[in-house]
Amino acid sequence: MNIANQFDTLWYQGLSLAVVATVAGTALAVAYQGAAPRIAEAQARKTQAALAEVLPKNSFDNELMADTVVVKDDKGADVTVYRARKDGTVNGVVFAMGEKGYSGTISLVMGVDRDGRITGVRITGHTETPGLGDKIEVARHPWVLSFDGKFLGNPPPEQFAVKKDGGIFDQFAGATITPRAVVKAVKRGLELYAGQRAAMLGETPAPAPAAAPRS
Amino acid sequence: MSEACSATPATPPAAGSAGPAYGTLIKDGVWSNNPVLAQMIGLCPALAVTGSATNGLGMGLATTAVLVLSNVLIASIRNLVSPNVRIPVFIVLIASLVTLIDMSMNAWMYDLYQVLGLFIALIVVNCAILGRAEAFASKNPVGAAAVDGFAMGLGFTATLVVLGGIREVLGSGTLFAGASQMLGTQFAFLEFTVIPDYKGFLMMILPPGAFFVIAFLIAGHRLIEEGAKRKAERKAAQPALPAGGAAV
Repeated sequence: MNIANQFDTLWYQGLSLAVVATVAGTALAVAYQGAAPRIAEAQARKTQAALAEVLPKNSFDNELMADTVVVKDDKGADVTVYRARKDGTVNGVVFAMGEKGYSGTISLVMGVDRDGRITGVRITGHTETPGLGDKIEVARHPWVLSFDGKFLGNPPPEQFAVKKDGGIFDQFAGATITPRAVVKAVKRGLELYAGQRAAMLGETPAPAPAAAPRS
Repeated sequence: MSEACSATPATPPAAGSAGPAYGTLIKDGVWSNNPVLAQMIGLCPALAVTGSATNGLGMGLATTAVLVLSNVLIASIRNLVSPNVRIPVFIVLIASLVTLIDMSMNAWMYDLYQVLGLFIALIVVNCAILGRAEAFASKNPVGAAAVDGFAMGLGFTATLVVLGGIREVLGSGTLFAGASQMLGTQFAFLEFTVIPDYKGFLMMILPPGAFFVIAFLIAGHRLIEEGAKRKAERKAAQPALPAGGAAV
């Protein structure tokens, strides 16, 4: 039987569509079964690496992804906090913050040590103007490193802003809104840490956190 | 996609079952019937990702791989597909193929996927793939289809690299920046700073720059083709003259 003779019949067209859909669906399902665990593993590794970027080297020996707590920020949104432990003691925490930038939300992760000092800030996602606002990426400009070691009190709260607003952080030529948003997000993060320190560190809030600078 | 995917300019129908000569196919794909400059298909990805030569190269290579595979796949089942249902069959096969590549790269080549992943998903909507399936692979043997896919991919890649290169030099003063990140450190030699201390020309990096540059590229392609055509006509006309005169 010549197959070409059947091309115009409804049963052949329906059958060929069904066969193609079945073969394609099966292939995708099988491939997904094989690939999914490896994709999840690769993504976990990437998140771990991104979190480790904002923590001092050798400051933790635990699996960051496995040691988390969720707190509420000032806007009532959930913030997942990853704890960095060494020999069981919490040395610092990492969490993500977001703030509206020039176009869309700028997301960042920041590391804070027990005393409320910033151990690192990295931008994880943004849609700012290429060539202007994208200097907040550490790969393009070291600007974001200027947060390292800062805490609430150094600089004082009114100077925790870009220079144009009377603060200490540089803005970029032609882009003020972007760094301003990042500074604001980092400041909010520090305030969140100051307010929820006990919960973030997983300690009972009974002894007043006197160690926190200017808390 | 607003591009008319199936309305591709017809490639001259292949005569016989052997298909067209491979040399012609290569020349067609890279220059005379270049997917972007001549067929005007695949413009969406071509404009969207070519902020730098490296991005153009990445998109081009990924598209080439998909084009070759999809052309081979379509050509190998071409005698079994009823013309009435060919479009849904082709598009399901192409979309599945791209998704398979996307998933495998994500799982087994994670670092490369970080750089190219964005492009892979975009390939599904690239008209060049369905365009070649429809215009060529569905009517030609597997070998010719593979060569056609490769040649079209090469033309697409070359156009995207030129487009991205021009935008990158004008826009940020560099060429192939980040190539070592995508292709491995041994390709660091590709990276140039063409204009040191360049302040940048933002518009070239943003979408309008893509439209301007591609307009000039298409115009240039047309000019060269026209010139070649006129030259060929003159050449054909001259020896014909004495013969024609004798006939009259």
